Amino acid sequence: MKAILEGSHAVAEAVRLVKPEVISAYPITPQTHIVERLAEMVADGVLESEYICVDSEFSALSACLGASAAGSRVYSATSSQGLLFMAEVVFNVAGMRQPIVMSIANRAVSAPLSIWNDQQDSLCLRDSGWIQLYAEDVQETFDLHLLAYKVAEDHRILLPVFVCFDGFIISHTYEPVDIPEEKDVLAYLPPYVPFNKLDADDPLSMGMYATPEYYMEFRYEIDQAMGRALNVIKQAGKEFKEKFGRDYSELVEAYRLDDAEVAIVAMGSVCGTIKDAIDAMRAEGRKVGLLKIRAFRPFPAEDIKKALAGIRKVGVFEKNVSIGSRMKGAVGYEIKDALSDSSVQVISYVAGLGGRDIRIEDIKKMTDAIEAGNGDCFFGLREELI
Amino acid sequence: MADRTLELVDSGHRACGGCGPAFAARLILKGAGERSIVCASTGCMEVFSTPYPQTAWKVPWIHSLFQNTAAVASGVEAALKRQGRDEHVLCICGDGATFDIGILCISGAFERGHNITYICYDNEAYMNTGIQRSGATPFDASTTTSPAGKKSFGNSRPKKDMPQILAAHGAPYVATCSIAYPNDVIKKVERAVNTDGPCYIQIHTPCCTGWGFDGSKTIDLGKLAIETGLWVNYEIVNGKIEKAKKVKRKPVEEYLRVQKRFAHLFKPSVNTEEIAKIQAIADANAEKFGIDLKI
Amino acid sequence: MALRIGCAAAPGQARENKTGSWRVFRPVFDHDKCTSCGMCQLVCPEGCILTGDKQFNPDYDFCKGCGLCAQECPAKAITMETEEK
Ligand SMILES: Cc1ncc(C[n+]2csc(CCOP(=O)(O)OP(=O)(O)O)c2C)c(N)n1
Ligand code: SF4
Ligand code: SF4
Ligand code: SF4
Ligand SMILES: [Mg+2]
Repeated sequence: MKAILEGSHAVAEAVRLVKPEVISAYPITPQTHIVERLAEMVADGVLESEYICVDSEFSALSACLGASAAGSRVYSATSSQGLLFMAEVVFNVAGMRQPIVMSIANRAVSAPLSIWNDQQDSLCLRDSGWIQLYAEDVQETFDLHLLAYKVAEDHRILLPVFVCFDGFIISHTYEPVDIPEEKDVLAYLPPYVPFNKLDADDPLSMGMYATPEYYMEFRYEIDQAMGRALNVIKQAGKEFKEKFGRDYSELVEAYRLDDAEVAIVAMGSVCGTIKDAIDAMRAEGRKVGLLKIRAFRPFPAEDIKKALAGIRKVGVFEKNVSIGSRMKGAVGYEIKDALSDSSVQVISYVAGLGGRDIRIEDIKKMTDAIEAGNGDCFFGLREELI
Repeated sequence: MADRTLELVDSGHRACGGCGPAFAARLILKGAGERSIVCASTGCMEVFSTPYPQTAWKVPWIHSLFQNTAAVASGVEAALKRQGRDEHVLCICGDGATFDIGILCISGAFERGHNITYICYDNEAYMNTGIQRSGATPFDASTTTSPAGKKSFGNSRPKKDMPQILAAHGAPYVATCSIAYPNDVIKKVERAVNTDGPCYIQIHTPCCTGWGFDGSKTIDLGKLAIETGLWVNYEIVNGKIEKAKKVKRKPVEEYLRVQKRFAHLFKPSVNTEEIAKIQAIADANAEKFGIDLKI
Repeated sequence: MALRIGCAAAPGQARENKTGSWRVFRPVFDHDKCTSCGMCQLVCPEGCILTGDKQFNPDYDFCKGCGLCAQECPAKAITMETEEK
């Protein structure tokens, strides 16, 4: 069924189809429309979940953890301050290997307070052990939720997933979305089978503490599972394509890269703008392409290396800033590392922070800078304010 | 009724000899029974009972963080409800986890009315991290963050009234008890787990290491706290205080004198002024709860 | 031994930790004085007092020698003696 839906409502539709037994979330702009819509669905009986209306994000994810440990599929959603407030639980959930899926409507972090979009919130939790997927548009946002549960709950993985999409730009935008049939979703994503659960008939202690004799191996196992996720995500993407037609069998997506000399690397909705800019630049004869990264964790270094083979200059569009680092953006380092055995130039551009608009013109200017080799900087600053 | 002969906490745990909380853990599960799921907070009990893989718990048990136990339990309870399961959901948490850092999650869980029993084992300080004060530390107790000194008599604030706070949330059943009266603990836990809605139980659990007394005296200490009126065993049923245990009160000095955490009140000479303040706390308790036995 | 995902473990494993080695004093039970009231068994923080052959006896594998049982025994049937190592 095709429908014109606001991004947030598309997410709610995905959650309805996934049928979590327990939902717990706390409202924060720009995630609110998701949780409001889910509350309506529960109130109308369209969705038969326990909806725990909690006191805080900290409790929201903690309640999800408890419900997941008790053997239920669960769902949560947050943004920015909310994600930071639950940060301690974020790490804990991954360590406890609970396959929770959480939507992140990406938003800048305070201070200064900003409700507008960048990707600082999810990126600063990159080391937490959560898989991080980034969507470009409403359809992909919808689709990645289904895929996320399939990957998370796979017993080879058992890791939680952030499904990230840009606040307002996706969460509050109406686009046509293809909503699959319930039975097809069920065929793609069978009911949840927990690996470990709290059960009086088969008691187990969960979340024990580890002495130095054990701690490292537990952390190693999490990293191993994350490594396995590279392929499991691809498999889940392939199966998705077979069932629903849209292709997520790769963790990165190349756009007009084949004969490109310059590549822009980006995640999320800005890829749409970049594609338009590339079309315009290609029309002017400039050999530029885009590499869109869908999975930031696990980081698909090998795929990136392959996709960018033959490129001379790479510019990374960073909707985050790693304050005090030399390159300034967190993504650039990983790209640079992926390409470390080639002589390609990798430059980071911190751009679009706190909702600063990115236009086709900006992408063209960024491409000029990449070609000139200028970068590792804040891009698009208002010089008159500094 | 739960089978009281069952031992649901194994030997081999690493609590100090004579540990009040370790004793309490056994009693709690005698009251709650084997169809219980325990949610634990970071603290002494978690640490002494679950170094991987040597768990002492024979019932399902989960630990997440220091301050989120009530929220974790909310999720467990919601999941059980959705799955049509019947286990009792318990939180067993220290006073630090309860009075201080976890109060947001507890308040939320109680306000939402989850069917859980939240049990605080109250050893009156953060023992796991080295005896720092908490909101449950009694007036004038010397701890590592409220040390007695030339200008200090120890902890300068009275104990927070958690039972009233939770009763004010509309909890149908709130009770205090002490390991000094083991059957009372078992009975109250049993009542709580069989009461619909969020219930709160606060167990006085003397800690020989943190308070400074010999582990063989753990029960004696618990009794003295009650006999001096510094700890009162009572129930709050649907908001009304009931059944406060009556005693023939002893002077508070008898309780204070036997613990190192109050030793500064007796050195170099007896500090009658400070002890009078503590006596006043006991007197106020006696008045409020009507615990004085008329002879 | 492979790790169990999520730092989880099945019951029974604390018993591998024989806390009896901590003991400095050893509770010795006088079965003639004992009235089988069960108080010692109830109060032992280790839950390690057993009732075999209708007699109450500590499991010395786990008894930490805290002396709580001796302190609480109404019949004064338990004495704490220095552990011989
Ligand atoms: C967020 C956070 N802050 C601090 C700590 C350190 N910490 C661990 S246990 C604990 C004290 C526990 O006190 P209480 O709840 O009274 O339990 P007890 O150890 O006394 O049994 C503290 C401060 C922590 N684990 N997490
Ligand atoms: S410090 Fe106190 S609470 Fe902690 S194990 Fe020792 S006696 Fe028990
Ligand atoms: S407490 Fe004393 S009298 Fe009672 S059973 Fe134990 S040893 Fe016997
Ligand atoms: S001495 Fe302590 S540990 Fe040993 S049996 Fe007696 S109460 Fe239990
Ligand atoms: Mg404490």
